Amino acid sequence: MRPLLLALALALGASPAFAATIEVTIDKLVFSPANVQAKVGDTIEWTNNDILAHTATVKGGWDVMIPAKSKGKVTLKAAGAVDYFCRFHPNMKGRIEVTP
Amino acid sequence: MFKRPTAALAALFLMSTAPLALAAEKPTDPQIAHIAYTAGSIDIEAAKLAIKKSKNKEVVDFAKDMERDHAAVNKQALDLVKKLKVTPEDNDTSKALAKAAEEERAKLAKLKGADFDKAYIENEVAYHKQVDGALETLLIPSASNAELKSLLETGLKIFQGHEQHAEHVAGMLK
Repeated sequence: MRPLLLALALALGASPAFAATIEVTIDKLVFSPANVQAKVGDTIEWTNNDILAHTATVKGGWDVMIPAKSKGKVTLKAAGAVDYFCRFHPNMKGRIEVTP
Repeated sequence: MFKRPTAALAALFLMSTAPLALAAEKPTDPQIAHIAYTAGSIDIEAAKLAIKKSKNKEVVDFAKDMERDHAAVNKQALDLVKKLKVTPEDNDTSKALAKAAEEERAKLAKLKGADFDKAYIENEVAYHKQVDGALETLLIPSASNAELKSLLETGLKIFQGHEQHAEHVAGMLK
């Protein structure tokens, strides 16, 4: 078996849940895409291209720090739609629709 | 209402508490760079005072956010003027801004505790509002270099974010 195929087979065999990682980019104080769809167990990963630190914060819920020129992530544990914003710049807004 | 844009700008900043600084017509890029940098430095100075004086966690956290953001933006502004080989040029608007800020700092320095917190945050709301207005109506439209204009546009979003953040903290102090 070729090494690449072997690696692929091992990787697939080791993760039966197929949880996805959804990428959101932050550029000039804008979450993009601003609206994403996800499933419970998926991870949202923000890539911050700005020179400023941001957060992805749900009022009364999770709070993710996303340092300047860095990344932050959260794994979604509950179904439902959540609106999030940046605590440092509350004019930055995003939304995640989480299905079971 | 105002014939001279810089006079309008000075009026926005000073809110009639000090004489209008009459300057040339619309500001040049070297002047705009100086005004933007001065506006950021003023907020950093105010933040340093708040970090030193306030005992309120929300206020201190807010001040630290201001200090960090404005330092980052001013660094970017300096990098840009260096790249563009523009020398920021002092002007009457920058001078008027600095003078008004000095007076505000002197006023704040005399206050203590909750009085200080309230006055600092209220000034932050008002100050960011004034700078937003100046960016929107004068600095962004006057900037001729595309990169400078783009930096000012991002700056406007940051300042608007800070204004909302300050309003949120002001709401918590009530």
